Amino acid sequence: MFDAISGFFLDLYEKTGLNFNIFYDEFEYDRVLAGAVTSLELMAWVICLSIVLGVIGASLQHMGSRTLKGLVEAYVQVFRNTPPMVQLLFFYFGLGSITPQVDMGGYNEPLISSFAWAVIGLSVFGAAYNVEIFRSGIESVPRSTLEASESLCLTKWQTNLHIVLPLAIRVSLPSLTANVISLAKTTSLVYVISVPEMTYVLNQIWSDSMNVPEMIFVLFLFYGIVIALIGAVFSLLERKLRIPGFGQ
Amino acid sequence: MQRHEPYGAETASVSADAPIVSIRDVRKFYGSLEVLKGISLDVLKGQVVCIIGPSGSGKSTLIRCINGLSDVQQGSISVAGTEVNDARLDVVALRRKVGIVFQQYNLFPHKTVLENVMLAPRLVLKESRASAEQRAKALIAKVRLTGKEDAYPGELSGGQQQRVAIARSLAMRPEIMLFDEVTAALDPETVKEVLTTIRELAADGMTCILVTHEMGFAREVADHIYFTDGGVIVEHGPPAEVFSNAKDPRTRRFLSQVI
Ligand SMILES: Nc1ncnc2c1ncn2[C@@H]1O[C@H](COP(=O)(O)OP(=O)(O)OP(=O)(O)O)[C@@H](O)[C@H]1O
Ligand SMILES: [Mg+2]
Repeated sequence: MFDAISGFFLDLYEKTGLNFNIFYDEFEYDRVLAGAVTSLELMAWVICLSIVLGVIGASLQHMGSRTLKGLVEAYVQVFRNTPPMVQLLFFYFGLGSITPQVDMGGYNEPLISSFAWAVIGLSVFGAAYNVEIFRSGIESVPRSTLEASESLCLTKWQTNLHIVLPLAIRVSLPSLTANVISLAKTTSLVYVISVPEMTYVLNQIWSDSMNVPEMIFVLFLFYGIVIALIGAVFSLLERKLRIPGFGQ
Repeated sequence: MQRHEPYGAETASVSADAPIVSIRDVRKFYGSLEVLKGISLDVLKGQVVCIIGPSGSGKSTLIRCINGLSDVQQGSISVAGTEVNDARLDVVALRRKVGIVFQQYNLFPHKTVLENVMLAPRLVLKESRASAEQRAKALIAKVRLTGKEDAYPGELSGGQQQRVAIARSLAMRPEIMLFDEVTAALDPETVKEVLTTIRELAADGMTCILVTHEMGFAREVADHIYFTDGGVIVEHGPPAEVFSNAKDPRTRRFLSQVI
């Protein structure tokens, strides 16, 4: 890959002065590649974890005790009413400073890496929205449908699993897609806790090489393409789950 | 004010056998609003009983009390030997004997016709897939929907959906079927299909309690008619009697409006 494109970009630089050094300088190329992989891993973790936490939170609100409902509600309020960057700083510098360090033989490493804090912080942030999204999906299932299920002697669990969940997922999917996309974009914020993801890495490169416009362009393109792909995956899912004659 | 006559000699002939459903002096409150003000009625096995009456008179509430969807504050409801107004009621055991069909069909929109009918037999009766499917197909044929097994509810007309709902209820092998204005949301042509299905059920000997505004149908299939108004039964009797010479002025006024 690198060998195939490096000639072209070196040529481009020499002829036009446009410095895409990440495509002809192997050291920078590897750095950017690692940054891109970190970004993608971060997005994957955050999306999956925020959905799992969202389902758990919404289920607790649906079936849990009054205390649990109150706790989930408080969590949702706190994390929806504070900026994600402040949350990341809170997790990394606030909670991070009180988590234990492990001796790595001569130097200390924090038990929870900045990448892990980023995953935790953003998942918790995204899940606060997902709880609300799944909750409104659950509430969209009409009482009368539940009564039909009850009249057929399905247990509460069977009703939740076979009736409520499949319907709630379908109703929630459009809002979930929007939130997941917004969450994927928010991963660019984790440069504030020095996670070497795409934004952080390119920022370092353009500081070193003074090629700000070119690198901003690459950054823009990277997020544009990745987010479009995530959107495509979710609309495929929406199409797959579509039921003829339902919800249009 | 004339209240409905307490149960007595007049209905004794009807209850020669023990009734399968027996409701005695049932009272139901929503907060301070009394919705059922002392209702009594009996249904024999294999009988078809129609409940008619103006909107808000408590017909739906009454029918929902029979399978425990609504609770009552006073009185007794006995269904095939099970007392419903009892704190220790085994509601699942009760509901296995009683099928209910609603005005709005309430099918599961994400399941096909076949899946709608098979679901409860599979999950509740623990039938094997093969036997549940075979029975579901027979029931779908019975309600004349063969060929629609793989359609989703959203792809069916109201009348077709309602017949699926009937098949879905029958799949649980109930002893009694409750119908709450099951044709009220349908256009006149499809009303007929649904009424045909119910008529056939009744002819097969299924005990049916139906709330309906279809007076012609009630007159034709019912063994007994109850007329409710303001939470009481103001009049009841065989259709010929209630329709041709109603004694209570409220019944007469209602009938003159709907017929
Ligand atoms: N969940 C509820 N909470 C409070 N009041 C209720 C509730 N359900 C019904 N009611 C009241 O109980 C009374 C009887 O209602 P019900 O639905 O049984 O009437 P109905 O005879 O079925 O009327 P319709 O012909 O319009 O269906 C009405 O006054 C209604 O407002
Ligand atoms: Mg009603």
